[in-house]
Amino acid sequence: MSDAQASSVRYDEATKLYRGSSEPAVDHLSLEVPAGEICVLVGPSGCGKTTAMRMVNRTVEISEGDVLIGEHSVRDREPAQLRREIGYVIQQVGLFPHRTITQNIGAVPQLLGWDKDRIRARSAELLELIGLDPELGDRYPSQLSGGQQQRVGVARALAADPLVMLMDEPFGAIDPINRERLQNEFLRLQAEIKKTVLFVTHDIDEAIKMGDRIAVMREGGRVEQYATPAELLMAPATEFVEDFVGADRALKRLALMRVSDINLWEAPLAHVGQATAEVRAKLDAADVEVPFPLLVDDDRRPLGWLSERDLGADVVPGRTDSPLGPVLELDDVMRDALADLLQHETQYAPVVDHRGRIIGVLSVEIISEFLASPEAKTDEHPAVERPHD
Amino acid sequence: MTSPLVLAAAGQVGGDFFKERSSDTLPCQAQSDHLFCLDWAKDNIDRYGTPTVQHLEIVVLSVVIGFVVAFALAWLAHRRRSLQPPLLAATGVLYTIPSIAFFFLLLPLTGFGRDTAIIVLAAYTLQIIYRNTILGLANVPDAVKDAARGMGLTERQILWRVELPLAIPEIVAGLRVAVVSTIAIATLVVFINAGGLGTQMYGSGNLTFPTSILIAAAIVMAMALAFDLVLLTVQRLTTPWRRVRPA
Repeated sequence: MSDAQASSVRYDEATKLYRGSSEPAVDHLSLEVPAGEICVLVGPSGCGKTTAMRMVNRTVEISEGDVLIGEHSVRDREPAQLRREIGYVIQQVGLFPHRTITQNIGAVPQLLGWDKDRIRARSAELLELIGLDPELGDRYPSQLSGGQQQRVGVARALAADPLVMLMDEPFGAIDPINRERLQNEFLRLQAEIKKTVLFVTHDIDEAIKMGDRIAVMREGGRVEQYATPAELLMAPATEFVEDFVGADRALKRLALMRVSDINLWEAPLAHVGQATAEVRAKLDAADVEVPFPLLVDDDRRPLGWLSERDLGADVVPGRTDSPLGPVLELDDVMRDALADLLQHETQYAPVVDHRGRIIGVLSVEIISEFLASPEAKTDEHPAVERPHD
Repeated sequence: MTSPLVLAAAGQVGGDFFKERSSDTLPCQAQSDHLFCLDWAKDNIDRYGTPTVQHLEIVVLSVVIGFVVAFALAWLAHRRRSLQPPLLAATGVLYTIPSIAFFFLLLPLTGFGRDTAIIVLAAYTLQIIYRNTILGLANVPDAVKDAARGMGLTERQILWRVELPLAIPEIVAGLRVAVVSTIAIATLVVFINAGGLGTQMYGSGNLTFPTSILIAAAIVMAMALAFDLVLLTVQRLTTPWRRVRPA
């Protein structure tokens, strides 16, 4: 899609007080979401996150204060007109059961008076964008799986190229495996379309994964901390945030890092036919922390780990006694890399570049030292870019 | 049942009917244990034409009027929820009035004839159509309405483009019951001289001569079945999404 229009969203002391309630659901909320970013509103149930989100399209009326899209107050707009410029995705999807998929996707364009051909073309384009067979366009929602329905829900929200997207727990009703797939698909899509997205969830892991910025909210619609995922995990501003982020926040940070973000150990390399004495000398050097040499081919691609027995010969053999185990890439997400190590019950794994050439060695020890270091808790780490699988 | 008033009401048809049948030209009608006299039926089938048309007119007008009123009430109650219980009670009370009593109670106001019949029959349809329309609108999933509102449909668009289409099955179900029961009850309008197929059922001679009752009843039943079938077809054609196989 070439048209990447998006607007910033700014909450300006926005307050919602429901009639008959003494406490505001959202209390003087001020928050700015830059254009083209995903802002996740996260918090326990009843914290006002959905109410806050709904103020943007006025499905919840603002009691006090304002919400601005770009430079314009939503309060100056006729609600139905305003909503046609804002994508809306909800947990229960809410596709029209009596309309085909194509008609569902074309709902807002139809309201905007697009002609039939343009609506059909747009629907087909969006079906392709979300990875659904165009033939599904003539089906009814009940004929699609839950995951497919929510993909259509996202496509429907995007149909008229909205300035802003509101997503209220969009993947909350989908099974964990498909949820992960939909999250990844949406992130990939977002990298292309760069919409301003307000994303509501109660799941901190989802927030960390999806958000460029995260607003942690608590009862009364108060924002406890508004920060990037990395900042949130490294430096929770309050005890509430710390509790909400969880005791395993150090581990969660690994989901935000790639193998390339950490200092690797140097691997003692060995080539086929090399004298074992030479290899042993390398292992004895003071700065080498890996106790086994790594056998590589002429292109420095790892072949396997040499054992004591392998080193018993005069020259390095062509085959290693112990298997190579997992091989990691620089682009791998750190959390997955650690999972790989643990799953293979190994301490070390070679890390290669995209051509498969050895770069260094990642060990469980490196990761645990990183997690324990003060730097892990305070430094602004460069790894704020989200993992795209 | 055979009060003078009723006979007076049915007099024109009933009296004539009795006279005709008392002639000796028909072979099987004299035998009171004879259930169905085919020869008589063949000779007299013409007499059912006008009553059938009358019956149809009364039923269609009653149901159309009843539908319009009930639908308006349902729409009102859908917008103002507080009206739902009183309207349900009001239409319910109408439904419980015995039909004969209802007819005669209206006589001083609207007199003998079709108007009274239509008012009563229409009133009887209110309860079922109103209740089913409310039910159909209430069955529309909240998520669908929420999504519609969030996408920028106005309240009117939500009603006409989302809620009503989705409520069609319940509304048509109500209509089917209303039509079938109206077709049956319309056989009673003979008592207020409003014609219809009841004219061929009631009459003193018929008590010992079931052939005419059977023919009239068969027409009534066929009419009910035909209407039911038509409405069912309409429902199926207007709700294609309900016929697909779910994933």
